[in-house]
Amino acid sequence: MSSIMRGTTDNGPDTRPPGPLLPEPDEDGAPFWEFAARGELRVQTCADCHEPRFPPRPCCPHCQSFATAWRRMTGRGRIWSYVLPHPPLLPFYADRAPYNVAVVELADAPRIRLVGNVVAAPGARLDSLDPALLRIGASVRVTFDELAEGVTVPRWLLERP
Amino acid sequence: MSAGLKDATAIVGIGQTPFARQLPSSEKTLACRAVLEALDDAGIPPSQVDAFASYTMEETDEVEVAKAIGAGDVTFFAKAGYGGGGSCATVAHLAMAIATGQAHVGVAWRSRKRGSGPRPWRDTRAQLPTPAQWTRPYGLLRPADEIAMLTRRYMHEYGATRDHLFHVALACRNRANQNPRAIMYERPLTREMYMTSRWISEPLCLFDNCLETDGALACVVVSAERARDCRRRPVYVHSAAQGLPAQHHGMVNYWNEDPLTGPAWTAARHLWKNADLTPRDVDVAQIYDAFTALVPLSLEGYGFCGRGEGAAFTEGGALELGGRLPLNTAGGGLSEAYVHGFNLINEGVRQLRGTSTAQVPDATACLVTAGEGVPTSALLLRS
Repeated sequence: MSSIMRGTTDNGPDTRPPGPLLPEPDEDGAPFWEFAARGELRVQTCADCHEPRFPPRPCCPHCQSFATAWRRMTGRGRIWSYVLPHPPLLPFYADRAPYNVAVVELADAPRIRLVGNVVAAPGARLDSLDPALLRIGASVRVTFDELAEGVTVPRWLLERP
Repeated sequence: MSAGLKDATAIVGIGQTPFARQLPSSEKTLACRAVLEALDDAGIPPSQVDAFASYTMEETDEVEVAKAIGAGDVTFFAKAGYGGGGSCATVAHLAMAIATGQAHVGVAWRSRKRGSGPRPWRDTRAQLPTPAQWTRPYGLLRPADEIAMLTRRYMHEYGATRDHLFHVALACRNRANQNPRAIMYERPLTREMYMTSRWISEPLCLFDNCLETDGALACVVVSAERARDCRRRPVYVHSAAQGLPAQHHGMVNYWNEDPLTGPAWTAARHLWKNADLTPRDVDVAQIYDAFTALVPLSLEGYGFCGRGEGAAFTEGGALELGGRLPLNTAGGGLSEAYVHGFNLINEGVRQLRGTSTAQVPDATACLVTAGEGVPTSALLLRS
């Protein structure tokens, strides 16, 4: 299978400054990233039975339809769980450790959970939020961060920091 | 229908190399040494081997092993996927092949230089066995991070604490302290060491993570009939199962109805359905322990306790010798060696032969499991 990630590597000679790993979409996931680049959080949904599904895939596991729509989410959710990674990590992440990675359950579709980072403000660093403010069940809302030209990822802000 | 598998085959030989953080030999050489030791243990000449099974992550192909050890014509070869989830499946596939007449003498093995070799998660170019675009850009990079996410949720839902995880780490370490071949043979663990160790991915600390080991192991599977003529007491494959639950995602299993009900539940249903035994009949368990948190999940999944009770099950020395369910009696992945769980299979065999360094008296049934959190497999062995 071809590479689905690009970014820095510490497996070989690479003189670029360490940056984050960038999502390299597959065919099914590409629309998610295209909408994210426009500041929209959308989830793949069956166009026939209307069940949302994540991660994106070619057909609906409920009704087997290949007809797909991308439903816009309000961008509100709750923290389902979170971790605080410490080194050893890839260089970009080691520089920011400990940072948080959370799984966010979407208010509009509770079984759709997105991995992401809770940050102190839009565009802030991965380690910008005091980890003591994190708790399972906390309400969050989406913001977007452009990691590189044309590459935007959702991030999350506490509703009541 | 599985009339053909129950006790139809037996493990009759086991072999292993030394375990170390760094061994000078290549993975191929280590594989050959472990395989030849297992065949010698069984008393079967390499020329009679006609079946091989290993992991998809195994770097030495059956072609290389077969021609190096001097195997005969090989009529069955298979590889099981999903890293440590494939450990028991290697034996299961050989058992099925032998029970159905596809082959007669099967060798399963795993050789890995995970101690001195690369960490798979550092590879930013290769496809990893996760939907990486949805996780890795956010810094969820390593298996420890992925399992820590489930661990914190598990602690939140069921009141599990770090002390429960410590009970798992301690039981494995105590058994390793009895096993001269274990990496941690001379290294006792205390609660203070555990509670003050560095974080890897909160809520998992250093001692919640398995070792990083160079080493290889192998075992030999033949029919029950043939087993009676071998050098050692046969250890029968009583039941075997694989498990890939509906809507399971592998490692990052965050996207279904109930992420804390993992592959163990699916494998267990099939395992017990085809067994004459129940969890109550199991004398000793070798449960895959790449991370401590996988053990309470597996205890629930394989039916030793109810949903959410896995952490509490570890209390009161339950996992120690003399406890309700002695665990990972050679030290497991946490304290003997981490070779994708193959050492758990060989220790299961030793327990039922009565030759473990931490022998459970009169053990006649042992559960061996493969990686929880990924598509998995399990064996129920009996003497």
